[in-house]
Amino acid sequence: MSASSAFSDDKAGSASEPEYGHDPASGGIFSSDYKRHDDLKEMLDSNKDSLKLEAMKRIVAMIARGKNTSDLFPAVVKNVACKNIEVKKLVYVYLVRYAEEQQDLALLSISTFQRGLKDPNQLIRASALRVLSSIRVTIIVPIMMLAIKEAASDMSPYVRKTAAHAIPKLHSLDPEQKDQLIEVIEKLLADKTTLVAGSVVMAFEEVCPDRIDLIHKNYRKLCNLLIDVEEWGQVVIINMLTRYARTQFLNPNINESLLEDSSEKAFYASDDEEDEDKKAEAAALVKRKPYVMDPDHRLLLRNTKPLLQSRNAAVVMAVAQLYFHLAPKAEVGIIAKALVRLMRSHSEVQYVVLQNVATMTIKRRGMFEPYLKSFYIRSTDPTQIKILKLEVLTNLANETNISTILREFQTYIKSMDKDFVAASIQAIGRCATNIGEVRDTCLNGLVQLLSNRDELVVAESVVVIKKLLQMQPEQHSDIIKHMAKLIDNIQVPMARASILWLIGEYCEHVPKIAPDVLRKMAKTFTNEEDIVKLQIINLAAKLYLTNSKQTKLLTQYVLNLAKYDQNYDIRDRARFIRQLIVPTDKSGALSKYAKKLFLALKPAPVLESPFKDRDHFQLGSLSHLLNAKAGGYQELPEWPESAPDPSVRNVEIPDWSKCTSRKDRKEKKLDKPFYSDSEGDSGPTESADSESDSGSGSESASASDESGSGSESEESGEETESEKEEEDEEKEKKRKKRLDKTKAKKPAEESAESEQSSGTEDRKRGRKAVKNQKSSSESESESESSESEDESEEESEEESESDTNIRKKKTPVSKQPPKQSKKESKKETQEMSLLDLDDFEPTPTSAPVTPVNFLSSSLVSDLEGLSLTDTILAPTTIAPSGSIKMYELLHRITGEGLAVEYCFSRQPFSPDPNMVAVQIQFTNNTNSETKNLHIEEPRLQSGMRIREFAEIEVLAAGESVTVVMGIDFCDSTQAANFQLCTHTRKFFVSIQPPVGELMTPVFLTENDFKKEQGKLMGMNEISEKLTLGEKCVNEHVIVERVTATANLSRVPCGSDKECRFAGKTVSSGCLVLVTVTTKEGGRAQLTVNCEKMVIGTMLVKDIMQALSQ
Amino acid sequence: MIHSLFLINNAGDLFLEKHWKSVISRSICDYFFEAREKAVEPDNVPPVIRTPHHYLINIYREKIFFVSVIQTEVPPLFVIEFLHRVAETFQDYFGECSETTIKDNVVIVYELLEEMLDNGFPLATESNILKELIRPPTILRSMVNTITGSSNVGETLPTGQLSNIPWRRAGVKYTNNEAYFDVVEEIDAILDKSGTTVFAEIQGVIDACVKLSGMPDLTLSFMNPRLLDDVSFHPCVRYKRWESERVISFIPPDGNFQLMSYHISAQNLVAIPIYVKQNISFFETGSSGRLDITVGPKQTMGKTVECLVVTVHMPKVVLSANLSATQGTYNYDPVTKILLWDIGKLNPQKLPNLKGSLSLQSGAPKPEENPSLNIDLKIQQFAISGLKVNRLDMYGEKYKPFKGVKYVTKAGKFQVRT
Repeated sequence: MSASSAFSDDKAGSASEPEYGHDPASGGIFSSDYKRHDDLKEMLDSNKDSLKLEAMKRIVAMIARGKNTSDLFPAVVKNVACKNIEVKKLVYVYLVRYAEEQQDLALLSISTFQRGLKDPNQLIRASALRVLSSIRVTIIVPIMMLAIKEAASDMSPYVRKTAAHAIPKLHSLDPEQKDQLIEVIEKLLADKTTLVAGSVVMAFEEVCPDRIDLIHKNYRKLCNLLIDVEEWGQVVIINMLTRYARTQFLNPNINESLLEDSSEKAFYASDDEEDEDKKAEAAALVKRKPYVMDPDHRLLLRNTKPLLQSRNAAVVMAVAQLYFHLAPKAEVGIIAKALVRLMRSHSEVQYVVLQNVATMTIKRRGMFEPYLKSFYIRSTDPTQIKILKLEVLTNLANETNISTILREFQTYIKSMDKDFVAASIQAIGRCATNIGEVRDTCLNGLVQLLSNRDELVVAESVVVIKKLLQMQPEQHSDIIKHMAKLIDNIQVPMARASILWLIGEYCEHVPKIAPDVLRKMAKTFTNEEDIVKLQIINLAAKLYLTNSKQTKLLTQYVLNLAKYDQNYDIRDRARFIRQLIVPTDKSGALSKYAKKLFLALKPAPVLESPFKDRDHFQLGSLSHLLNAKAGGYQELPEWPESAPDPSVRNVEIPDWSKCTSRKDRKEKKLDKPFYSDSEGDSGPTESADSESDSGSGSESASASDESGSGSESEESGEETESEKEEEDEEKEKKRKKRLDKTKAKKPAEESAESEQSSGTEDRKRGRKAVKNQKSSSESESESESSESEDESEEESEEESESDTNIRKKKTPVSKQPPKQSKKESKKETQEMSLLDLDDFEPTPTSAPVTPVNFLSSSLVSDLEGLSLTDTILAPTTIAPSGSIKMYELLHRITGEGLAVEYCFSRQPFSPDPNMVAVQIQFTNNTNSETKNLHIEEPRLQSGMRIREFAEIEVLAAGESVTVVMGIDFCDSTQAANFQLCTHTRKFFVSIQPPVGELMTPVFLTENDFKKEQGKLMGMNEISEKLTLGEKCVNEHVIVERVTATANLSRVPCGSDKECRFAGKTVSSGCLVLVTVTTKEGGRAQLTVNCEKMVIGTMLVKDIMQALSQ
Repeated sequence: MIHSLFLINNAGDLFLEKHWKSVISRSICDYFFEAREKAVEPDNVPPVIRTPHHYLINIYREKIFFVSVIQTEVPPLFVIEFLHRVAETFQDYFGECSETTIKDNVVIVYELLEEMLDNGFPLATESNILKELIRPPTILRSMVNTITGSSNVGETLPTGQLSNIPWRRAGVKYTNNEAYFDVVEEIDAILDKSGTTVFAEIQGVIDACVKLSGMPDLTLSFMNPRLLDDVSFHPCVRYKRWESERVISFIPPDGNFQLMSYHISAQNLVAIPIYVKQNISFFETGSSGRLDITVGPKQTMGKTVECLVVTVHMPKVVLSANLSATQGTYNYDPVTKILLWDIGKLNPQKLPNLKGSLSLQSGAPKPEENPSLNIDLKIQQFAISGLKVNRLDMYGEKYKPFKGVKYVTKAGKFQVRT
């Protein structure tokens, strides 16, 4: 083809136009097709870009129409390195389309892309990766993997985004790469640019949607970035976070059952009122329940809310489903308005939104009630939309609005769209069954419809009337009579049949009319339609059974007529019925039961919404729409019974006011030490928001409530530690503090902060190198030195006895939150000399061991005067006193006045030595007695056992009683769930033991200890470095802290730099050996030897936490 | 996510296919054709069709079915919204989204589809970015292209994609800097037989045409922002400022875009600008009927109602209409059974009236329902809700832009039941 033809093509606006002109001819004749491809090849081989472009345009046009152009592959692929951008792009299009079919030839192009991957221009790198990863050729999987890995750490976020896009492509090409891809995903998840976030979550959802653990660290970041992510990414992230939240947080509506109906109604009313009212309402409500929302849960709700204002319907729907699945009942209402807005959109959007609204209205009817009129139907709506709107209207119907809705339905019945009319009649039927008051009105209305000319309408009304009458036939004999009269006029066979069935079924209610109807029908029998004939026979049979005197002859007559009917069904039926009802000599056993057979009580059909229970699918999903699981659908998990550890979401934050107990437990991610900065930045706005926000208002209200009860129990001489709640409270305080602080933050402070953070890391992570670039070189070298020290220390672990240089030194420690320190000071009864192990050197000498017969068996002993090793303490069993942590089992508000607390008394449980003794204290705060306190239905993990306490007959008002029960936790920290029952109520409760309570002390000598420790090396040994907390200045405090955390006894030891503890797990009796070696600068090394590694790991965490406070 | 896209015209011809993953045979569309057959009206094709191995999600727009193929779970709205975005992009590029324009520009269409999705996940959907990547065709450009041999693929690489305001392209320059805003309000209403309002609400949008150089930061404020009940914004609008100050603060995309849409709900009383007196009756005998419609102004605040059109979907049995209109023209299409009365400007002195007889199919029973009337109208320089733009301020740039606001009220889904 010549250049001039290209010219004319382009002039027409597009190269492809003539293509269509030739098309019919070329489709039919192969030779011409072949020829054409020949000249395309020629053009592709030419030197002129314009000819190449022309050829490529024609080829792409052919691809677009689904024509096969694969024979051109060699000619096209040659041009992959063409200079002209458009030619190049079109070649890419071609390549991606055909590479799968022509794998070998496609490999020719790979080198071009590999070169492109190294280009200095980020956009070229990205496009090379994009095309490379789109070529579905298995041979290049390793190349793709390499390219993706490289691109994932590219400087340019755009390239990283492309890498994220490439992950699912590679995964679908070769699922074997999953593990490596997950690593890349993990890396990209940590990316903090909005550009990457959406794409990587998309990759996550396609490759490893069940790896929820990868999200923990990025959860807060994703929440905070969400609003700036592009809209498609928002949808994916929100859907994923919904699932995440379902696994990590507690059900905010857990106490729903507590609320009386009145208050429930109050919320609904508040939906359309001003926000302030709602807040007050919500706050008041939350006050009543001890449920405290995790701040992260709140963060998610708060950050998604503005997206309800998105222009993208998919985003709005995603937020709506998030609120529906996650928000407290009182807050769900806000989504209604946005969903109603979507109803103005395209009809496909309406269709999907209405499906979801229909599901929502079943659970939360009140939410959409103010928008009732927005669901009114227009005659121009497509039928499928009409039917869905009808469904919503039916679901919204209640006593107050039923009259308006019925009036509306009345106009629908007159519609020309008969399918819609039928649906309207069914809707009326459903309203009538659900709302008793209007049943009669509806029935009358429906009876009038029986005279409709349209067969469909009549049939539908008869069917609905039949259903309604089946519910209470006694009261409606007059309607049955009316329908009997109608039979003279109604010609629609289906309706006649239905009426006859009704009369037959309830012939006892209309004893006089029924035989008469049969008489009439017998007269017209021969002219009736088949279905009517069948029902006539049916009616005759039933009447024969109930009123044989009057109808015997009639029945005989009808049966005789039927016997000679043309239709064999009718003949068969007649024969069958005759045998059954007319007693003859030969009649079988069945005829005795004829009456039972024919007049059995038939259950009334249930009229319920097809959308009932659809909400077990995540709303807005394809599966929900189809009401069937689609491929790749991820189930929406049920709420957990108890919240998993919230600290997993903590990311390292240099701000020291955030270094709390909870933070300390975390495992830090060193890859992104600086993310925390941005987190700190967003902190203030967050808390500023939270102060104005309704939800957090209530949160703090409940938190204060919590602290109220806390102080109460402190007064009673016990230390309550409902850890989670208190921590939340602390966090709240801290946030505020942080708000003040960050405002005044100066760069100078920053280095101090980062130093601090690196210190914390040290403590936590042990030997992982700190890559904190910001931290001063000083702190870096410090951490390095400590590392090497620790290593050498470990080598010499066994003989870690040495001279001690006790030197007083204040170690830099994280600032304690006021509450915490108060508690701390309470615990610390004695000030001891401060230990410092500054000059610790691993000495290979085994120092003479002081023979010690010291045994510590309980925390109390530690508290009360355990001074140092030489003290001899007999193993005693000590009743729980102020020092033992009480845990709350049932809050007095949840328990309606019954408060239950428990503690691990650390006494052996005498009936079964393999059980942990749990001491439970019941306090009756009501004015009346509580009776029959006992346990029911324990739900335990396999292997776990429970020994219930004897039933408490009566607990008088204001009294307290303490009982002991035994639980065999099987050496796991799984919670034991059971029901606590009183004579009136049942409460679901669960006891989750801290790992330290799963053991009992054993008494070992130092030599035994070393021997046992020698057996538990390698995998069974876990050792971590840590920095001791401010208060852990001497051995005594360490001993106290460790024994408070775990039920261990101290093992005598010659060195005062080392504390050793021993115990064994309660159910399996595995030894648990703990060594704490203190070193200079407040550092220490913790070693736990235990056969059960899980126990060991958890114990390490807990002890570290205790010691670094 | 989205595997493939097929474009199918109303006649059932498949005229474009695009695959983002492995090729899926076009025979998959047979399931769609089956559903299309069953639905009778194109409106009634279910948006989601299930096939043994795939799901087909389709939209119907401008007489074209956009049928996408899905293999795994994906929020259906995600796909639907994306398909509409594709249609809007075509409209934006070619002036209209029709089978002819798509066929004429098949290469650009293909290039666009290639850029919009990567592996089935949306990549670039902002029109500003796309226009940098692929220049929209203009007559002038295609001339220049042929002479110089350049192409309609942007030579410069799009940088907008990389910025944190992806909706605006960089380096915008105009000699005349101007910003126009159209406040368009539509009345959705259902009036019953007696003329009382069953349901009425206002749906408004603010369309903007902003041609400003550089990176202008605009703030639009209203006299009465409290009126707005529910709003949704273009992603460029800063939501926080709306929450706190009730002003719309944004860095605009270049060119035409919809800034926001709002909703004034049924709780507020909505003024209905016209009233309709109608009487449509069919006689039991003689297979005929009578029709009498009069339209008059109601609450128009002294503005003229223009472009008044009354549309009636007649029952199937109505064969023809013999009517006379005092104003405008009427047309009855016996195939679609639609009676269209184009009145034009509403004259308050002399109310337009349409009167006459309808002839029905002989022998057929008289229709039970009277057809409802759909009204279309337009009032210039008037926002029925009373919303008023207070001022538009620009920050970040030195020049003085030319600003303008236009108000229009239209009838949306305005229906009179009879």
